This record gives sequence, C-alpha cells and structure tokens, in this order.
Amino acid sequence: MSKLLIKGGKLVFADGVREGDILADGGKIIKIGQGLEDAGAEVVDARGLHVFPGLIDMHVHLREPGFEYKEDIASGSAAAVHGGFTQVCCMPNTQPVCDNAAVVGYIVARSKEVGLCKVRPIGAITKGEAGESLAEMGKMKDAGAVAVSDDGRPVSDARMMRLAIEYASDFGLLCLSHCEDKSLVDGGVVNEGYNSTLAGLKGIPRAAEEIMLAREIILAETLGKRVHICHVSTKGGVQLLREAKARGVRVTAETCPHYFMLTDDVIVTYDANTKVNPPIREAEDVAAIREGLRDGTLDCIVTDHAPHHRDEKSGEYNLAAFGISGIETSFSLSYTALVKSGVLTLEQLADRMSAAPARILGLEGGSLKEGGVADIMLADLDEKYMIDPKDFLSKGKNTPFAGREAYGRVKCTIVDGNIKYRA
Amino acid sequence: MAERILMDEAAIARMLTRLSHELVEHNKGTENVCVLGIRRRGEYVARRIVALVKQFYGVDLPCAGIDIGMYRDDLVSSFFVPEATVNRLGFPVDGKRVVLCDDVLHTGRSVRAAIEAIFDLGRPACIELLVLCDRGGREIPISPDLVGKNIPTARREWLDLRLREIEGEDMLGIRSER
Amino acid sequence: MLGKDLLGLYDTSAEDIVAILDTAVGMKKLLTQNLKKLPHLQGRTVTTLFYENSTRTRCSFELAAKYLGAGTVNISASSSSVQKGETLIDTGYTLDAMKNDVIVMRHPMGGAPHILAKHVRASVVNGGDGMNEHPTQALLDFYTMREKFGSFKGLKVAILGDIKHSRVAKSNLFGLTKLGAEVVMYAPATLMPQGIDRMGAKIASSREEALAGANVVMGLRIQLERMHGGLFPSLSEYNRYYGVSEEHLRFADPGCIVMHPGPVNRGVEFTSDVIDAPNSKITEQVLNGVAVRMALLFLLVKNRQEGEKHE
Repeated sequence: MSKLLIKGGKLVFADGVREGDILADGGKIIKIGQGLEDAGAEVVDARGLHVFPGLIDMHVHLREPGFEYKEDIASGSAAAVHGGFTQVCCMPNTQPVCDNAAVVGYIVARSKEVGLCKVRPIGAITKGEAGESLAEMGKMKDAGAVAVSDDGRPVSDARMMRLAIEYASDFGLLCLSHCEDKSLVDGGVVNEGYNSTLAGLKGIPRAAEEIMLAREIILAETLGKRVHICHVSTKGGVQLLREAKARGVRVTAETCPHYFMLTDDVIVTYDANTKVNPPIREAEDVAAIREGLRDGTLDCIVTDHAPHHRDEKSGEYNLAAFGISGIETSFSLSYTALVKSGVLTLEQLADRMSAAPARILGLEGGSLKEGGVADIMLADLDEKYMIDPKDFLSKGKNTPFAGREAYGRVKCTIVDGNIKYRA
Repeated sequence: MAERILMDEAAIARMLTRLSHELVEHNKGTENVCVLGIRRRGEYVARRIVALVKQFYGVDLPCAGIDIGMYRDDLVSSFFVPEATVNRLGFPVDGKRVVLCDDVLHTGRSVRAAIEAIFDLGRPACIELLVLCDRGGREIPISPDLVGKNIPTARREWLDLRLREIEGEDMLGIRSER
Repeated sequence: MLGKDLLGLYDTSAEDIVAILDTAVGMKKLLTQNLKKLPHLQGRTVTTLFYENSTRTRCSFELAAKYLGAGTVNISASSSSVQKGETLIDTGYTLDAMKNDVIVMRHPMGGAPHILAKHVRASVVNGGDGMNEHPTQALLDFYTMREKFGSFKGLKVAILGDIKHSRVAKSNLFGLTKLGAEVVMYAPATLMPQGIDRMGAKIASSREEALAGANVVMGLRIQLERMHGGLFPSLSEYNRYYGVSEEHLRFADPGCIVMHPGPVNRGVEFTSDVIDAPNSKITEQVLNGVAVRMALLFLLVKNRQEGEKHE
C-alpha cells in the first residue's frame, strides 16, 4: 500500500476547521500537521478544498443479489465513492433476502472484489423479512453484518419486535426500524394532506410513521435497549424522539436529504421520482427535521439510496416504485440546504454524515485522526453545479433533484489510503 | 361609401309580378310546383312570389323556407358551429318541381348548399333557381332560371336589397367604396 | 385558450370553461333538433380508452364524437390489466401510431391522463382518473346550472356524499370557485378529504347547514366497497344521517335544482321523491353531457387544426 500525502486542505475536525496536511500509509492516517513532506508519497493537492472524514451512509439499497437491473454492488459502490462515501450499510431487502450468513458473506466478498467503498451488510430481523420468526442474527454478525433491519417490510407484530431488540442486543446488533403501520398506510402513495387531495392520490398519514416510532421508543425504554429509527420524516416523529432522548431512552435516528429539502408540492406533477417511503411531507415537517438535525435529536443523515429502473418510475404514480437514488447528491444537497443556510456548522455536517453513523453502528472512521483509518473525502465547497442524473454512476437515475443547483462538489474519495474517486 | 338607388318599391313590385308570371310560364302551369326560399331573405322572396301566383292564378303553391346552416361548405375550414334549424317543410319534395328562391345570387355557394339540403329531404323532379338579383361573381357552376335583374358588380361594390319584412321597405341600391 | 388536452379543471381557466359552455349551447340546440351530424371531426378518430367500467361517460363521448362525424374506437381494459398488461406509455405510443386525434381516458389512478398526455401527440381528455378529476362531468354540471340560473355569481352549490373518493366533487369545486359560485360540502368525516377547505370549499357541520339556501343540491354516488372498507356502517344508516329526502330539501332555496352524476342509488344519496321531483335535473344532465363533450371535442380539434395549418 502506497503512501498518500494530502496537502494544503482545510481539515474538518469535530472541534473546528484547520489548515493542514494528512499523511496516510498502510491504510491509516499516520500524521496530521502543517507543511508535511514525504518523498515517497503520492501527493494530493487539496488547496482550496475541504478535507472531511470519509462519509458513511448507514442506509442504502445496493439491490444485489436479485435486482441487479436496478443496481449492483459494483455500480452502487462506484456511486458511493462518487458521492464522497467511503462506507455504506446496505439493507437486506434483496432477492434472496439477506437473512442468513451466506448472503451476508456474499455481499462482503463481492464488495471486496469490487474494491471501491466498504460495504457493510445489514441483516434481516426476521426470516424473509416476513415478520414471523427471527433470522440467524449471530451467524450473520459473524459473517459481517453490522446491524439488523426489516427495512421496507416493518415488523408489525410488537412482540416480535420486542424479541428482536432483546435478542439482537446479545450480539451487539442494533435494530434499525423502518416505522410504518401498514394498516394506516392502506395503499397510500404520498403524504396525506392538501396535496394528496389536490392530486387525487391516496395519502399516507403521518400517524402511520409516528405510531410505530412511538412503539419502538416504548420498547427501547421498557427493555433498556438501544433502537434506531430509520428515515424520520415528520414533525411529530422529531418531537417523540426529542422527548424520548430527554428522558434517557437509548434511541438514535436518521433522516434523508429529501425530508429536509422538499415539500409535497412536488408530487402534483405526478413525477414518480418524487415517490418515496415515507413520503415527502409538508413545510412544517421540513422545518422540524432541520431543527432536529441541528439540536441532535436526529443523529445522522442517510440517503436511503433506492435506485430503480426507469420503467419502474415512468408510468402511473400509483404503480411506480418507492425510492430515490440519492447517494450521489446527498453531500451537496446537505451542504447547500443545511450549512449554507446556517442550520448546521461544517463540523456538525461532518458529524451527521460521518462520525454519528460510525458511533451508532460502531464502525471505523468518522473522524480525521492520527492512527485512524485513512477514509477521507475532499470537496470544493464553492463549486456550484447543476444536478444531472446523467452524471450518476448509479444505475438508478431516479432523483427529484434533477436540474437543481447545489454547492459543494466531491473532488476526491480515499478509502483505506487509496484514491477511489477523483474528479 | 356612396349609395345609388337602382329600384324603388314600385319597380321591385313590378319585378316580382313579372317573376311570378315567368314562374308559371316556365313550369307550363302550377302543377306539381313548390317554392322554397333560402333562409332567411330568400324565404320572404318565396312567400311574395307564392302570394302573387295566388293572386293571379288562384293557386296555393306549397311554400317553405329552407335552412342551409348545416350544409355550408365553410363549416370545417372556418371551424364554427352554425346557427341552424331542422328543415321541416310540411310537404314532401319527392317528384316535385322545386323553385328555389333567393334574393341576391353571387358566388352560388348558398344555392349549392340549398340543393344539398333539398336532396336530404327527398328526390325532386327538378330544381329551378329564381333570384331577384344576379350580381355575378360565381365560384361554382350555378346558373339561375328566373332572374329579376342582372346587375354585374365590381369587387368593391355591394348590392343593398331591402325587404319590407326585414328592413321595413322595398328598395334596391348599390354601394361602392370610393 | 384551451391547450392540447383537457386533464382537469384545476388547470383550466374560467375563460376556457365559459368558452366550452358557450360552444355547448349551439351543440345542444343541434342535438335537441335532431339535426344531421356536423362535419368538423370527419376523417378524425376519437378513441375511448377505459380502464374502468363506465356506460354513461363512454356512451356520451362516443355519441358526441359521432355527432361531429368522427370515427370512434373503444378500448376496454380491465383494471387488472393496468398492472399486468402493456404499460400506459406503450399503449399511448400504439394509439399515436394509429393516428388518433383524441384519446378519452378513464383510469383508476390519479394522474394517469397527465402521464399519457406527455407521451402522445393526440389530445388527451380525462374521462375520470382515480380520485383526481372528472372535468367533463363538472362541465356538464356547470352547463346545467347555467341553463337554469344564467350565471354562477352568488350561486350556492351544496355537494353531499363521498367527497373523499370523488373526482366529480373536486372538478366541480375547482371550476365553480373560479366561476364565482360558493361550494359547501357535507359528508361523514371518513369520507371527507384533508385540505379540501383550503381549496375553497366550505365544510358544513350538518346536513341542514349544507342545504340552507342552496341553489343546487348535488349528491355523489356512494360505493358499496366503501362500506366494506369500513368507512361507514350501512347504506340505511348513511341515508338516515347523510342522505337527502324531500323533507331536507325544504332547507334549500325554493327554486333549487337537484343534481347527481349518476348512477343514483335510490334511497341512499337521495330518496326517490327527490330524484323524481320536477326540479331534478338528473336526466337533463345526461343530454347536457353529450352537448358539452361535443363542444369540448370541437374546440380541441379546432386547436389541432390550427396547429396543423402551421406545420
């Protein structure tokens, strides 16, 4: 493994931004300082760029095995490093479902073969994500799973969820809960409110998300165990989490750029790229999500990167698949919407997109420090560009942000001290 | 616009009288003859003629107005919905000698439309055309059988034929742009 | 002026609505006189593409097209074929390749006509899309109201029934508020959609309040599947608390008219004495529907013809 010297960048630490150089060797950061020199190192000129710890996305869908026409580990990994991510955690709703050590092992092996970003599989909570009996969490953990989730097919039975939280904790695995009471969703496709009525599309009430979110909080509280809430989208959800955290419940939570950037006004053109689950909500939710990110109620930003084939996003809105291909736009959108508008500091953004997910799942990385892993991302925060799905390396071009201008372009992504993407 | 009077009320009355005699002459009597007027002005012409025939010959000819709104040839090219009423004559035209009446004959398009309308109602023995004035300017091969007055006009001239039933007086004038 | 398509009244100006109604006046005159066909759509093809059962709307469009001289093609696709069969866009390409001029589509999902319209050269007319809009039904309702009252200004229109699932209610609301009428709605809370008050509707708190002084009393069809879905307990309970009988009509303006998009469930939305009363316009609405759809097809094809001239 060759040496790498990143020179002249503005380094983003948890406690501030300081100019400096980073020397990496053997996959680790071996020195951080001013005016570093190393004759044997490949030099990366970081003048004018900000240097972040490699971004970590704890909620993506890579679709392999089974849905390679949407995305595969190779294209998803390429998209990840294009977006500045050095580590991603992929959800188990593949075909077959990632509910056993064999599939976990396959994903780990395949991602090493691809060799771009680190792919950390999330195992299913229940066999086949069917909600009926626990998956083999211990074996999956040994094969490389970093968490468990029945994302997309939430565990509806409260007893089963209780058992899952308890059992998973024996192996140090965190349950990631996609909160959705399917009886309240009842075939809905967009947020229930003014715009669902206007467009004549069936609405999903906020209560569908908040009722299960409340259940998870109560389970975590009564069991004294940890639980993590996926993609929070509502004001009420943020409030429930804030109150729970205040009384010491061991709950963490994530949200996605589309929940703090878009209101459901975008659905009225029936553009299926705006169809996502949970649905895009209203202005007061957007404001609450931003405030939740600011005050730490929401711990981290994920993308819920959900690539789909064009054919799954082009017909009737009701028939279209849920999901947004987001991993290549997340950093720019988050920087533009949160830092440029003063909601978060740059240090807080780095926390929400790197340190926090590392903390929640116990992953390596998340900060720039000597002796730490050399997962690093360089970005030009002043560069403004237009989001064009044609530039995506992901197979999924499904984004509601096409044509939108954003600041903060990823210039270089370094994984274990090796450059994996360079603009 | 300057207007020149060509015929006054008396002259028009003489013209109508002559036309009513010519109608009978042309048809060798009144047998099997009916009179149709192109709505709206032609219908008044038809009724005048029929009244005169009754006066001179004591015969009541069947008479009705015929609406050509649905038969106009510019419905599609100008794309409009015609003001039209359904044609219910009150007598059949099958086998009849139809005398079709209008006030002024110009392009011939109204007459063509009227002929189509008549054939939608039945199959007459023949159709004859009676007009008060022929100002020329035909755009289709239509020729009148009975003409009150031939008045060849230039493109910038207009005939102003007034009828008692509509304008309150009988008068024929010609107007031209100067 | 009216564009290529008519997808909903939300996007249609008051001027365009009035233009359609004005044109329909002539059409109704022609219809009631039993005149021959108009030639304006000769050589043109109007296709009805229905993914939902419908007798009256489809017949109405087909007759309207035929009275204007168009050739008509009817395609019935079952609701299930929406998910299993050819995609909507591919169907659109096929119909376009066959040189259709107008596609009238009914579809169980909101927005489907909007998606079709983006992919075809033909004019798309929304014949009802899910819970979204049913613009031609609303237009015929407007025609019926205008024929009776002459204008919409100050008119109070009470709409009672399953508002939540009703594309008719929404198209009426969008159009009537633009035309200056007042719309009052009343329904069980389970059948009232969110945010409709912010679209200009006044939500009544009782049947009597909804009907008070109403010039138009419009009922909406209650579908049995809503009862099976648990939205209300029974038809008889619905009728007792939400239906309209002659007795309730006494709250309305004495000169009011009664309307219903049909088909009516007698004894549910309205009692038979209401349906059969002299001020019931339910049958007249059907005739007006043909006239309004003729007017719409006429104006859309007029636009197309002007476009073709410029090509």
